[in-house]
Amino acid sequence: MLTLPQSYVDEMIAHAREDVPNECCGIIAADGAGAAAKLYRALNAEASPYRYNVDPKDLLRIYRDIDDNDWDVMVIYHSHTHTEAYPSPTDTRLAAWPDAYYVIVSLEDDATPVVRAFTITDGEVTEEELAVS
Amino acid sequence: MAEVRVTSTLRTLVGAKAVNGDGGTVGAVLADLESRYPGFKAQISGDDGELHRFVNVYVNDEDIRYLQALDTPVGDDDVVSILPALAGGAG
Repeated sequence: MLTLPQSYVDEMIAHAREDVPNECCGIIAADGAGAAAKLYRALNAEASPYRYNVDPKDLLRIYRDIDDNDWDVMVIYHSHTHTEAYPSPTDTRLAAWPDAYYVIVSLEDDATPVVRAFTITDGEVTEEELAVS
Repeated sequence: MAEVRVTSTLRTLVGAKAVNGDGGTVGAVLADLESRYPGFKAQISGDDGELHRFVNVYVNDEDIRYLQALDTPVGDDDVVSILPALAGGAG
């Protein structure tokens, strides 16, 4: 189960809305106790409504900050602007972080964003419960 | 020897956040790690030896795509970082 404070969920939705028509992406780090410690908005190098790829320099910047704090990558989030909050074949094929939760924010119904969490290991998608604290 | 920082699946393979790698270029350092951690290169490159597109390798602050790729020189005081891309999308 993934537990996130409401403020983190709100921030992911706000980021998704601000980056429309493109997909947004970002990372949430967890501290040693597994609690959310910081949300990093990442630069989508693809700047595309259909793809995301965290800009490699931005990824290094974020990862170093996480590492310097002895945190871990807990959540990798991105938005789907016109499709449901479920990993696409592209998401599944490119998922390289089996220890992280993949969170997808869907703006398919703009008035009612949907946020769901998954783990993706060796191409297998498992939905995980998302608890908002 | 250069410090090689790894994460995710590679961290599990080597059992640490950072290991030392021996070699004068990125390619040589990766070959050294493969010799000590079999399967290391298969995680980040294809059968042709080229790095996967969705793997980022850096020497210090620079992405090696913009340096000399696997031929990028590595000195003893350099830090090599390997990060899988964060990528995907609806389309």
